[in-house]
Amino acid sequence: MDMRSEDMLSGDLSPDGRPAGPIDLQAEFTESEIGSVLDALDAELVGLKPVKLRIRQIAALLLVDRVRARLGLTAGAPSLHMSFTGNPGTGKTTVAMRMAEILHRLGYIRRNHLVSVTRDDLVGQYIGHTAPKTKEVLKRAMGGVLFIDEAYYLYRPENERDYGQEAIEILLQVMENQRDDLVVILAGYAERMETFFRSNPGFRSRVAHHVDFPDYGDGELLDIAGRMLAGQNYRFSASGEAAFRLYVEARRAQPHFANARSIRNALDRARLRQASRIFALGRPLSVEELTTLTEEDILASRVLTQGGALGPAGQGG
Amino acid sequence: MRITQGCFSFLPDLTDAQITSQAQYCIEQGWALGIEYTDDPHPRNTYWEMWELPMFDLADAAGVVRELVACRQAHPEKYIRINAFDSTHGWETVRMSFIVNRPAREPELVLTRQEGPGRNQIYAMTVRPAS
Amino acid sequence: MNVQPKAVTGKERYKAGVMKYAQMGYWDADYEPKPTDILALFRITPQDGVDPIEAAAAVAGESSTATWTVVWTDRLTACDKYRAKAYRVDPVPNNPGQYFCYVAYDLDLFEEGSIANLTASIIGNVFSFKPLKAARLEDMHFPVAYVKTYKGPPTGIVVERERLDKFGRPLLGATTKPKLGLSGKNYGRVVYEALKGGLDFVKDDENINSQPFMHWRDRFLYVMEAVNRAQAVTGEVKGHYLNITAGTMEEMYRRAQFAKELGSCIVMIDLIIGYTAIQSISEWCRQNDMILHLHRAGHGTYTRQKNHGVSFRVIAKWMRMAGVDHIHAGTAVGKLEGDPMTVQGYYNICREMKNEVDLPRGIFFEQDWASLRRMMPVASGGIHAGQMHQLLDLFGDEVVLQFGGGTIGHPMGIQAGAQANRVALEAMVLARNEGRDIRNEGPEILRDAARWCQPLRAALDTWGDITFNYTSTDTSDFVPTPSVA
Repeated sequence: MDMRSEDMLSGDLSPDGRPAGPIDLQAEFTESEIGSVLDALDAELVGLKPVKLRIRQIAALLLVDRVRARLGLTAGAPSLHMSFTGNPGTGKTTVAMRMAEILHRLGYIRRNHLVSVTRDDLVGQYIGHTAPKTKEVLKRAMGGVLFIDEAYYLYRPENERDYGQEAIEILLQVMENQRDDLVVILAGYAERMETFFRSNPGFRSRVAHHVDFPDYGDGELLDIAGRMLAGQNYRFSASGEAAFRLYVEARRAQPHFANARSIRNALDRARLRQASRIFALGRPLSVEELTTLTEEDILASRVLTQGGALGPAGQGG
Repeated sequence: MRITQGCFSFLPDLTDAQITSQAQYCIEQGWALGIEYTDDPHPRNTYWEMWELPMFDLADAAGVVRELVACRQAHPEKYIRINAFDSTHGWETVRMSFIVNRPAREPELVLTRQEGPGRNQIYAMTVRPAS
Repeated sequence: MNVQPKAVTGKERYKAGVMKYAQMGYWDADYEPKPTDILALFRITPQDGVDPIEAAAAVAGESSTATWTVVWTDRLTACDKYRAKAYRVDPVPNNPGQYFCYVAYDLDLFEEGSIANLTASIIGNVFSFKPLKAARLEDMHFPVAYVKTYKGPPTGIVVERERLDKFGRPLLGATTKPKLGLSGKNYGRVVYEALKGGLDFVKDDENINSQPFMHWRDRFLYVMEAVNRAQAVTGEVKGHYLNITAGTMEEMYRRAQFAKELGSCIVMIDLIIGYTAIQSISEWCRQNDMILHLHRAGHGTYTRQKNHGVSFRVIAKWMRMAGVDHIHAGTAVGKLEGDPMTVQGYYNICREMKNEVDLPRGIFFEQDWASLRRMMPVASGGIHAGQMHQLLDLFGDEVVLQFGGGTIGHPMGIQAGAQANRVALEAMVLARNEGRDIRNEGPEILRDAARWCQPLRAALDTWGDITFNYTSTDTSDFVPTPSVA
């Protein structure tokens, strides 16, 4: 990006000598084609109003920055690293992929691609193992977005010889020196991320945009369930839907609740039960019977029959 | 003497921007990239030292340039080349190779002869370091 | 053509006398070729009044079991199996009187690993057959079972490049000129200059053997001095195609052996030595780590005319099985015959692991090469540095570009000529890899390089406008074929 700020106050001409006429942001927006990305985000993700609003704000800021940079009104490449905080299953990965697309269309990254990793991909098992692993991941991600899920696991204060520290140092260096080559998105639970940032101020100072992903409401989760089923050519019967509403309320209260991901798991199990049930009928079936999940398929869940008391089984049931 | 191995030795030495776009071309062909260095440019010196392992699954050449910068820092006075490997069936070999660093003064290759039967000469080449 | 002739069967079929080929069972419209059949496509021009189906049946018959009359000895054999079957006849688009006729041959009709046996059947008899005005073998398909009876190219593109340590660009060559008359010592001078200037290979011409002005041993010794000197001053592997074509196999082996003792990495033969000699030398090359270059001397006598002979694409297939590493396959833009799409078809036969049907490029059958190595096509004849963008665009990286006159005739000398070619090539490859549209921006890319490379500027000034724009005779029947400007 061009930096010619000494010229910025020199009158009606922009630094490259073109008249700095009226600037049509709408035209810039249309030309960048990020509108369709934002629309896709709206369409594919239920709810998440605050997240969508935040993404639109960031997109607007980046668009304006781009225009300003062209006119020589900004100094240096902006920091684009982000943190996405929220509980599991709240759409962080999906939004990150859309963000990569937006950054690519605006020309902030060269490739529309996202490499998603966790601690295990970055940190090695023995001395000398971590640096090559981290560098390998960075090389693969170059030109695009590196998405580090549950980033706080990189930092283990209880073990001062933890190899995670080595990965952190390499990451910080690249986040600072190769801003043109890579955007890093750190993701995870909000509180843990906050602790992580407190202990690693280097990350906090390099992360420009924080996006918080709230949990889905019950109605939104039902909506998500309906879409998932429609995508597989299933639907709830009326009583089935009512049963599923009960399920969602019960499931939320149990451990390891993971929003949309828990819904997907629950539906997978309901489909298994439905298959056994209609198989046991032992008679010719209608198409409707084949495609309908009923009350029985939901109520048999352990979430409802045993209140999730069986521990890990509560993850799905 | 200028060794003319590799793809682009008859052109002026490539700039880093040119190297980046050649590496990007290789990545887009689906090839893996490796960096190698040596101080022995004999044309039969097949195995130059590897600078780390070949890089697979790259999307962007920035990762290659990063390694090249590090290799150059460690071996500024050696030959460094970038090789592109193609794993497709029926190729499974290097598809492109070009020199990206040379010593300021390159060594000479000296040709020696031995009389063979008839007028046959038995030739050998040795590398004489730049004096 | 509309009335489908029926094969005569039973007792009637073997009654002494003359019978139509179609009735004898050499035409079967319902025949579905087996995966193990060898297929051939002939372009036939029947004599006036000869039914195309009967003509096709005759081609099938004469290239397999038939003779002009019925023989009872057929009945001592499984003759239904051995009879070739013409199974399809199509009129050639825009060529009244010509027909494409498809014939299937059972695998058992052929001896394994023998081009001589294959060609004795397929082109042994039918081309002189009176009921046809003309016949041309357009294409062939070989089942994997048959392909596997050949060893194929002794070296192949991949191993050749590994031996030469040259990757990512076409190779460059030149043929020493004048073709005839240089002494061994003068000849070696040309080789040294061209290799030092930047070429990878220099080449003997097809008719350089062992004439009064230069005996072969002299040539080999001086050439290898030149090759070794050039390797030392460039640090690159260099080669010279030493032509070992001679009057007898004994003499050819003798010359090959001497080339090997002198450390040459490549030898050369002419197509006119014959298929069996080619297969023998290929075997020798395989045993001696030698690249084998084939100059297609003489092919124009039967490949060029569209109505009669053998298409070069068939020769290329035979040569891939017989086992040569380099084969001259046309330039499309140079002085010798070749329409661009048709020539690309030849290149694909040489270089791909599997050919798909590609009618615009003249490929009528799919062909699985069963991992027979890739042949390196050679573009040679009337090409120069100013056409670099067209050559790279048409043929890609896997080709030897040979600029004979375009190197040796350079106004500043042979080294300068070689350097001009190498700079033009590298600049064009660099630009293509950077994503530039070389077909259109080529001349500009060359001019930019010529700004800092005086020899290239001189080459462009001398030959920049030379083109050979004549209409090709051997063109595709399925697309309009504009010539390359």
